[in-house]
Amino acid sequence: MRVLARGPRRKFPTHIIVFLAPAFLIYTVFMVYPLFDSLRLSLFAPDPESPQEETFVGFQNYQTLLTSEFSGPRVQGALQNNVRFFAIHMLVQNPIALLLATLLAGVARRTGAIYRTLIFTPTVLSFVLVGFIWSIILNPIWGIADDVLGLVGLDAAPWMGLPESALNTLGLISVWQFVGIPMMLFLVAIIGIPEEVIEAARVDGATSWGVFWRIKFPLILPTVGVVSVLTFVGNFNAFDLVYTMQGALAGPNFSTDLLGTLFYRTFFGFQLTPPSPTMGAAVAGIMFMIILTGVVVYLLGIQARLRQYEF
Amino acid sequence: MTTLTARKLAPRRFGQFFGRTIQRIATHIILILYTALAVFPVILVILNSFKARQAIFRNPYALPTAETFSFIGYETVFSRGNFPLYFFNSLVITMGTLVLIMVLGAMVAFALTEYKFRGNTILGLYFSLGIMIPIRLGTVSLLRLIVDLGLINTHIGLILVYTASGLPLAVFVLSNFMRQVPSDLKDAARVDGASEYRIFLLVLPLVRPALGTVLIFNMIPVWNDLWFPLILAPAESVKTVTLGAQTFLGQFLNDWNAVLASLTLSMIPIVLLYILFSRQLIRGLTAGAIK
Repeated sequence: MRVLARGPRRKFPTHIIVFLAPAFLIYTVFMVYPLFDSLRLSLFAPDPESPQEETFVGFQNYQTLLTSEFSGPRVQGALQNNVRFFAIHMLVQNPIALLLATLLAGVARRTGAIYRTLIFTPTVLSFVLVGFIWSIILNPIWGIADDVLGLVGLDAAPWMGLPESALNTLGLISVWQFVGIPMMLFLVAIIGIPEEVIEAARVDGATSWGVFWRIKFPLILPTVGVVSVLTFVGNFNAFDLVYTMQGALAGPNFSTDLLGTLFYRTFFGFQLTPPSPTMGAAVAGIMFMIILTGVVVYLLGIQARLRQYEF
Repeated sequence: MTTLTARKLAPRRFGQFFGRTIQRIATHIILILYTALAVFPVILVILNSFKARQAIFRNPYALPTAETFSFIGYETVFSRGNFPLYFFNSLVITMGTLVLIMVLGAMVAFALTEYKFRGNTILGLYFSLGIMIPIRLGTVSLLRLIVDLGLINTHIGLILVYTASGLPLAVFVLSNFMRQVPSDLKDAARVDGASEYRIFLLVLPLVRPALGTVLIFNMIPVWNDLWFPLILAPAESVKTVTLGAQTFLGQFLNDWNAVLASLTLSMIPIVLLYILFSRQLIRGLTAGAIK
C-alpha cells in the first residue's frame, strides 16, 4: 500500500495484474460461475416442444420438488435424514472430540503426539476406504463385530441392512472417521489458554471439572463455533460415504438418503427416472440455501458475539 | 513463574495426590481405548490382506504365519486391476493441484497484502466467498462447462476444478502470513532495484509454514475425493485411486483377499504421506488458530 505512494513514479501496475489474473480467472470460471450458473439453471426446464432448449420456468422446479407426490417425500426424507446425520455429529462426534482434546492437553507432549497421530489416522482415509473397511467389519460372514461386541455382552445385527439402524450406523462410522478434525481444533484452542489462568483457578480451589466448565470451555467457545459450522457444511454436503456403503439409492428403502445422494440421483437419473440437470440444479439450490443460512447464522450471530471472549 | 513452581512443589495432602494419580490413569485408559478403536479396523484389514482365505475367517486376529501367509489378494489386484495407473493419475492430479494452489494463491495473497489499489478489499472479499461454499453445489453447470471445454476425462479438468475450490482458503491463510513479513526487507530490496517479481520470490520462503498448511489442507481432500472423478473423469485411463478402488471393490466384493489387498494398497500412500506431514498439519492448525 505504501509502495505506490513511495515509489519513484506511478506507472501502470502490470505486476499487480500478473499476480492476480491467473487465480482470478481459474476461481471465477471454475467456481464462482458454476455456482451461480447452477442456481440460474434451477429456474429453467427443458422446453416440451424442443427438449434441447431450456426455457425459464421460475420456481416451478422447486415447487415440483417440494410438493409433487413423487419427489416431495424424497426431499423431506433426505432433509430429515440430513438433520439427524448432523445431530449425530454434534451430539457424538464433537463431545468425544472435546473429551479427547481435554485429556490430550493433560498428558506429556511425546505421549500425546502418539495418541493424537493414531486417532487422526482414519481422517486421512477416503470415504471409499472407510466405507469398505466398515462394510467388511460389520459383515456377519466375517463376524468381527460379533466378537467385539461379545466382549461387552452384546449381539451384532445387520445394522446397515435395517432401515431403523442404517442411518445411525452410517453416522457413527462418519464420526469414527472425522473425530480427529474437531479434536485437533479443540486441542489447539485448549493449549492456547494461558497456564496462569488455569493455575490461578486451581489455587482458588477449583476442581478439574470446575476448571473445565468455568474457565476452559468459555475460552474455547470460538472454536466450538468454528467446529459447529464446519460440521454443518460438511454434513449437508455429504455424499461419498452413503454412495460407497449403500449405493446411489441410499437403501434400505431410502433410509440413508441425504441431500447429496438425492442431488446425484436427480441429476443423473436412476431406475425409471430420467436424468434431469435442471431438477438436479434445484436440489443443489436447496442445499445452497441451507448451507448459506448456516454460514450466515454463524458469521452474524455466533462469531460476532463470541469475539468478546478472545484475548 | 517461581511462585507457581513453588506452589506446585508444596506438599500436598495424600488424598489430593491419590486423586491426581487416579485421574492420570483414567486419562490414559480412555485415550488407549479410543486409540484402539481408531486403529483396530485399519490394522485388521492390513493384517488379513497378507493371509490365505481360510485364515482370514478362521483366525482374523492372528498375525500371518509362515503357514497362513499369502499374496493371493495382491496377485488378483495386480492382474485384474489397474492400480499402478490409478496411483499415477492420483499423483498427477494431486501434485498439479497443490502446485497451482500454492503458487497462484501466494501470488494473490502477495498482491492483496502488498499493494494498495482500487478494488483491493472487494477482491479480498470475492476470494473469501468460496471458503465456506462447497464447489459441489455447482456440479450441474460445472459438468457442462468441462464438456464444452473438451476437458472431460482429463487430468487438467480435475486439476482446474480442485484449484478453483482450494484457492479461497489458500489466499486467506497465506494473506495472514504475508502481512507479518516485515516491510524493511522488501523496501531494502526495492532500493537495490529488485523487480516486484523478485521481491515476491524473496517473500515466498518466509511464508513456508503457511505453504505447508495449504499443502496439507488440500492434499488429503483432493487425493480422497470421489465426487468429481466419478462425474468429470470416470474413464479407466484417468481414474484416480479413490474411484478405482471404488469400482474394483464393487466388482470383487466376494473375493475377500482381493478386497483386503486393494484396501491396503490404497491406504498405504496416504497414510505414509500423513505420517510424513503430520508435524506440518499440527503446525498449520496452530498457526490457523493463532491467526
